[in-house]
Amino acid sequence: MGKYLLKRVILAAVTIWAVATITFVLMNMVPGGPFLSEKAISPAATAALEAKYGLDKPFGERYLTYLKDALHGDFGLSLKQRGRTVSGIIAAKFPVSAKVGGIAVLVSLLLGIPLGVIAAYKRGTTIDSVFSVVATLGIAVPSFVVCTVLMYFLGVKLGILPTLGLTSWKNYIMPVFALSAYPTSYIMRLMRSSMLDVLGQDYMRTAKAKGLSQKVSLFKHALRNAILPVITYLGPMVAYTLMGSFIVEKIFTIPGLGGEFIKAINGRDYTMIMGTTIFLGTFMVFMLLIVDIVYTIVDPRIKLK
Amino acid sequence: MTKKNPLSLQLNINPEDFLPASNDEKESLVVMRESVGFWRDGFRRLRKNKVAMTCLFVIIVIMIFAFIVPSFYPYTYSQQVQGANNLAPFEYSAGEIARMEAGEKIFPHVFGTDKLGRDYAIRVMMGSRISLLVGMVAAVIILLIGSIYGSIAAFAGGWVDLAMMRIVDIIYTIPDILLIVLLSFALKQPLKTLAAMPGFGWLSVMGENLVSIFVVFALLYWVGMGRMVRSQILQLKENEYVTASKALGASSGRIIKKHLLTNCIGTLIVITTLQIPSSIFTESFLSFLGLGVAVPMPSLGSLASDAINGINTYPHLLFIPATVISLIILSFNLLGDGLRDAFDPKLKN
Amino acid sequence: MENKYLVNIENERLSFFTPAGEVKALNDVSFKMKEGEVLGIVGESGSGKSVTAYSIMGLTAYPGRLVGGTIEFNGHHINDMSEKEFREIRGNEVSIIFQDPMTSLNPVYTVGNQIEEVIRLHTNKNKHEAKERAKDLLALVGINEPEKRLKQYPHELSGGMRQRVMIAIALACEPKLLIADEPTTALDVTIQAQILELMMDLREKLGMAIIMITHDLGIVASMCEKIAVMYAGKIVEYGTTDDIFYNPKHEYTKGLIKSIPRLDAKEHERLVPIEGTPVDMLNPPAGCPFAPRCDSCMKICLREMPPVTFFGDVHYTQCWLNQKEEFEGKAPEESAVEKGKEASNE
Repeated sequence: MGKYLLKRVILAAVTIWAVATITFVLMNMVPGGPFLSEKAISPAATAALEAKYGLDKPFGERYLTYLKDALHGDFGLSLKQRGRTVSGIIAAKFPVSAKVGGIAVLVSLLLGIPLGVIAAYKRGTTIDSVFSVVATLGIAVPSFVVCTVLMYFLGVKLGILPTLGLTSWKNYIMPVFALSAYPTSYIMRLMRSSMLDVLGQDYMRTAKAKGLSQKVSLFKHALRNAILPVITYLGPMVAYTLMGSFIVEKIFTIPGLGGEFIKAINGRDYTMIMGTTIFLGTFMVFMLLIVDIVYTIVDPRIKLK
Repeated sequence: MTKKNPLSLQLNINPEDFLPASNDEKESLVVMRESVGFWRDGFRRLRKNKVAMTCLFVIIVIMIFAFIVPSFYPYTYSQQVQGANNLAPFEYSAGEIARMEAGEKIFPHVFGTDKLGRDYAIRVMMGSRISLLVGMVAAVIILLIGSIYGSIAAFAGGWVDLAMMRIVDIIYTIPDILLIVLLSFALKQPLKTLAAMPGFGWLSVMGENLVSIFVVFALLYWVGMGRMVRSQILQLKENEYVTASKALGASSGRIIKKHLLTNCIGTLIVITTLQIPSSIFTESFLSFLGLGVAVPMPSLGSLASDAINGINTYPHLLFIPATVISLIILSFNLLGDGLRDAFDPKLKN
Repeated sequence: MENKYLVNIENERLSFFTPAGEVKALNDVSFKMKEGEVLGIVGESGSGKSVTAYSIMGLTAYPGRLVGGTIEFNGHHINDMSEKEFREIRGNEVSIIFQDPMTSLNPVYTVGNQIEEVIRLHTNKNKHEAKERAKDLLALVGINEPEKRLKQYPHELSGGMRQRVMIAIALACEPKLLIADEPTTALDVTIQAQILELMMDLREKLGMAIIMITHDLGIVASMCEKIAVMYAGKIVEYGTTDDIFYNPKHEYTKGLIKSIPRLDAKEHERLVPIEGTPVDMLNPPAGCPFAPRCDSCMKICLREMPPVTFFGDVHYTQCWLNQKEEFEGKAPEESAVEKGKEASNE
């Protein structure tokens, strides 16, 4: 176990390093520096600014300095939000996104798994068809459509839900719905097909022959086998959802990390982009590791090696 | 010893009945069900699937509207009708009413017009054309790159496989939105230069953004396909019929053609069909962010995104492209499901 | 009178309603079993052996449905039992061992968990008592170090061990009837013998009846008292083991016996296979289903289903050849004519 963990951590470090390098190289390929858009600034002032942020140094030196600082968790100062550190911005914005995203993850698990199990169990019936139409809709309708339609009808037309910010529990309803629509549908479909597979297995026939009730058969014997694909999907899903969705955050005016990230990309806020990307990459790699560990707990056949 | 069976007396039995039956008579009794090939069997099943057939019909109708109707439609997507800003569906501008009174025939604005006075119906059609093009071209690119990459990794095995899969993992870990944005920024200048060269004029017609979207898809989205193909081939390679044909002296070429490809192809078709909606999805998302096609070219995503600010006054400008895009994605998804049910040999019951 | 029998199946008809049409899996299947009796059901794949046995437990797979006849088991009228009532007898009064021990145990739970589950379901034993019982059961089915095995997962055991675990699960509540659905097909030959021996041992100790489903005549010859030979959803011949082996009356049974390898066979003597393939159950023929493959097939075999001919109280068969003997016995002149015709035909 310890050896396996060490190997995984080394691999993870390599992955994160590669992600950081690719991002760094790509960003330096983009024509136009970060201060290009601010037209009022004179060439001399631009040069001064670039000197302040170390942008005048050669590529290789900047790269090494950056990696060294990043190792200490220091992503430097934001280029656009004067006087704030990247780590500080992430620390302030991530919890907001993570809270909305965390609720959305819970909702998609609590809805997606049972509905998928029921659909598989009732395969071929009307319930199954209705569920499958709903799930396909949830996958097919883009999140900006879900958001705007919700906003228009519930927020503007009927006025029963607030459309801005995150001040009360009511504010969470629409963003959480919009964020969880896709994962819920996806988990439902995943759960259904994997459950159908498991229901055809011999050990399910054994469970029935023992005289177990359908509830015990389904939730004790089938679920634990069928949930493995969902766990695989959960790793990247949790990482992305907790990081926040730009669209949802923009439409419902949520001050989260997703919106901050897009703002940084559009504004060429190099340090902010790098910081957020490395943060997401680390988070993702960590989630994948957790998934692997959960896997071995759920399925004793899989050994960490 | 034997007991008499009352049944035998009720039957009308002649002595001739106890004559031996000829082989022909025996043959006539053996009803062999005709054997059907993989494709015919699949298509037969697909035809029976009402949902999938409806979706196929919807896709064809949308394609007709996207690719054929615009060529004889009375308006073009960039033509601005004077004074006809923000018309409701089937409403005419003052100028048009005057011309109609003068006896001229004016084609109605079925979906109204946008804030620049452009006919919205043709813009939605052109938008669907862009979205469908993006979806299908991207799917083909992804299919090619992904299946080649995946099968090389699976066949090579060993450290080659390991290294190739690590690359996939890394691409997977980088937030795709970041790569898309950076790549489209980075590609803009080179593409402009390329478009200026003779023979590459079509680049600027399509718009540098659209081309860079294709490049981005080609660079990023094959990873899922690559993984899928690799695991599929690894699994197939272990099958006993592959070992059996190897033992019978079949060449690798024959094994690939006869066993691996035929068993993979169903899955490949399905994944590609399911890739189309996901590419359309991504394109609409990019257009929504303002990173998609160049103005005045519309895409369904950019139409929806433009309409958001005016949602309170002109909701139909949002709902029409949103409905079309949802319909396209939904139809392709359900068709893909239907194809999977019909062609995936593992799902036969 | 009825209570004398543990199992009494009369004219059972069962069909699978598939999209392609009704598959008549069982056609007028009847047999009776006394307590403690061992019945072998022999036949090739798809002949309805397993379907017959499963229907006693209400385990008929979707889209199969009982369409006629009656099934009684241990005083229960199976035909009109609810799923809940079935759950009470499954694993308790009747239990089953499946063909493939590799896939019949749930891979994510320990062996102990899976044995204790059935004990706690059907008895009032508490957790500790169930564990003790599970340990005793593992010892009973000949597994060493039962304490340790309880904590192991199925994938850590060999195929033979897993089948022993399956037997332990089946016997946990001392059932009246044990259905063994090809219990040794997936095992090595040496393990096969061990498992069969174990089953016979346990039968002597516990006294349950056994239905042995197999396509291996060797197994039924050594284990069973009665044998039912099934073909295309019908019992074509039924009798004691001696009847079937020394006095087979149906051409299919004769073919099966000829296809067993014999130790006393002369060198270079070949096994005789039964040519042809089984009939399409979607469009069963009007006559005897075995007719197309039968060497002695007659014209009537293709047209009419043969009636039942009894030889003694137990032994019966469904074959026109036996009717022919009877027919000839009654009308010798006509049979002479028949022979003449036969000759002229050749």
